[in-house]
Amino acid sequence: MAGLHKSEFKNPVINWVDTRLPLFTMMSKEYGVFPTPKNFNYFWNFGALAMVNLAIMIATGVFLAMNYTPNTLMAFDSVERIMRDVNYGWLLRYVHANGASMFFIVVYIHMFRGLYYGSYKFPRELLWMIGVVILLIMMATAFMGYVLPWGQMSYWGATVITNLFSAIPLVGNSIVTWLWGGFSVDNATLNRFFSLHYLMPFVLTGVIFLHIVALHITGSNNPLGIDVKSEQDTLPFHPYYTIKDSVGMCVYLMVFACLVFFAPNLLGHADNYIPANPLSTPAEIVPEWYFLPFYAILRSVPNKLGGVLLMFGAIAVLFVLPWLDTSPVRSAKFRPLYRPFIAVLVVAVVVLGQVGAHPPEGIWVVLGRVATVYYFFHFLVLLPLLGKLERPLPLPESISRPVITRGGGGGPLPSGAAAKPMEKS
Amino acid sequence: MNFNPKIILRALVGPLTVAGMLCGASLAAQAQEIELPHQSWSFGGLFGTFDRASAQRGFQIYNEVCSNCHSLKLAYYRNLEGIGLTEEQVKAIAATKTMPTIGDDGQPAERPATPADHFHLPFPNDKAARAANNGALPPDQSVIEKAREGGADYIYALLNGYGDPPPGMKIGDGLYYNKYFPGHQIAMPQPLQPDSVEYTDGTKATLEQEARDITTFLTYIANPEMEQRKAMGVKVVLFLAVMTGLTYAVKRKIWADVH
Repeated sequence: MAGLHKSEFKNPVINWVDTRLPLFTMMSKEYGVFPTPKNFNYFWNFGALAMVNLAIMIATGVFLAMNYTPNTLMAFDSVERIMRDVNYGWLLRYVHANGASMFFIVVYIHMFRGLYYGSYKFPRELLWMIGVVILLIMMATAFMGYVLPWGQMSYWGATVITNLFSAIPLVGNSIVTWLWGGFSVDNATLNRFFSLHYLMPFVLTGVIFLHIVALHITGSNNPLGIDVKSEQDTLPFHPYYTIKDSVGMCVYLMVFACLVFFAPNLLGHADNYIPANPLSTPAEIVPEWYFLPFYAILRSVPNKLGGVLLMFGAIAVLFVLPWLDTSPVRSAKFRPLYRPFIAVLVVAVVVLGQVGAHPPEGIWVVLGRVATVYYFFHFLVLLPLLGKLERPLPLPESISRPVITRGGGGGPLPSGAAAKPMEKS
Repeated sequence: MNFNPKIILRALVGPLTVAGMLCGASLAAQAQEIELPHQSWSFGGLFGTFDRASAQRGFQIYNEVCSNCHSLKLAYYRNLEGIGLTEEQVKAIAATKTMPTIGDDGQPAERPATPADHFHLPFPNDKAARAANNGALPPDQSVIEKAREGGADYIYALLNGYGDPPPGMKIGDGLYYNKYFPGHQIAMPQPLQPDSVEYTDGTKATLEQEARDITTFLTYIANPEMEQRKAMGVKVVLFLAVMTGLTYAVKRKIWADVH
């Protein structure tokens, strides 16, 4: 009969469903037998970890929302009520709050993996760009979530960040009023942020779906950054990578649990346990740690509009990264110059994070500017130049070749394969 | 082209390394500025629990001293069972307090509190609180341990931090010198002196003892879930440690023929 799917499942019920809606075939194809490069290291865990993290955030968030009141007069107390009077409410909230931090840790490592192994290059440009969209949505969601407890940092953070839009010439102030739903951050703002904070994760889920679809079209990159040549280079996703991801997940959950149970407020700011007070500005307004590098870039520019543009530029530059990097070699393993520079970039971002946590005085201003300049220099000048100046190391013939030869068998080594031992788990 | 990337690299790494070191140095400098003496607390560490006797003495201090000005809005009298008081004791304590209510005649009235009530408020509103306190608002203490950098150590240090200002420092009208208060000028006069309370359990009420006890009590009030949280955490982490080991073993087995 036309249109019906030919299912290979033996179980009659599964077969009946699969014939009409081939979900089981799809799962088996995409997560069962899906051919995956055999040489992943543990950096390749972090995509799966991010998915798990999103699921945790949605699961805890739904239950928090059942007990939260998005009203300026009640929000702070309703959060504390969750902490004190809702059964395991403290667990829900601490998991959710620290889950945001874990999400950014995981995603930043995931991005570093992409940068180091050149995962953004042909043919995965769109995959990478969708990833940058995911980052932006995550940031918006996290920012609005931080406003909800309506503490001092919630209120003043919201005020500072929304005010950034006032830097836009002519229409800036109108946009800010429109965002606030009034003439200051107030009840209307809190209400809409709650609504959007609940909506965005589902948008995020949709975009992540696209991210995975795009991934399964191109296939995964790998630590050698060379294409899969034959079936020998791959393994079925299950059980090899389901179990490898599970190892990573256990370690991730352990780190997560240590934060939640033993230091639940370590990454937060004490001031957010003071109820929001529009009449009293905290000595220092500091965003959550995962925004600090961007905050530092913002403050490194003495001009408001310039700072805002540069801050958004720091992310915009990632969008065009696939075209800024002119080197055809993906993995930094084979790029002797790119490799140290990516380390410098990491140092620069960490320095920016430190700068963002301190008042812009004295040495912090200088440090912030130096690191900001390097950040943009790295992407806009170095990457286009390096591809032309660098002499990459010889690439291995295939993914499976060095693996086999290392085992002691096989003929003479291809020159590239001998360059480095395999980075295996 | 006469281009040596190594020179560029050195030119970049050098300043950034220095930058990193400077970061560390100024962090250290800042830490010095607000250094709080670190105390050892019964509730500290992975297995810490609240010292019940100390927390109960702390409640006595709150009850007799702090509660004259500071509210504890988020706490209920029933929370006192968490520091080892019995249901009967809590009922008796609550019964000595009054709650505002509306009487049968529709007029504002008062009734005795029950364990299900929030703590009695010292002032009907913030304006009344300011009017009675020289314009300053005594902060609510329900989550004060979480709301101050340094937490318990800060509260303890602040209560012990009163004294004469260093020579040359001008103290504002109605303000007091405190070594650990940000800006060193605090609107609260020294709240605890030696023997501010007479402990019912006979403990000698030194200033240090009082500060330790009220800090323990306030830490409990800010984190009533702490003991349950840590106990659960130990179990969860142990479970995950075993789970990690098992999963890794299975992983090795599955991958054995691939390597």
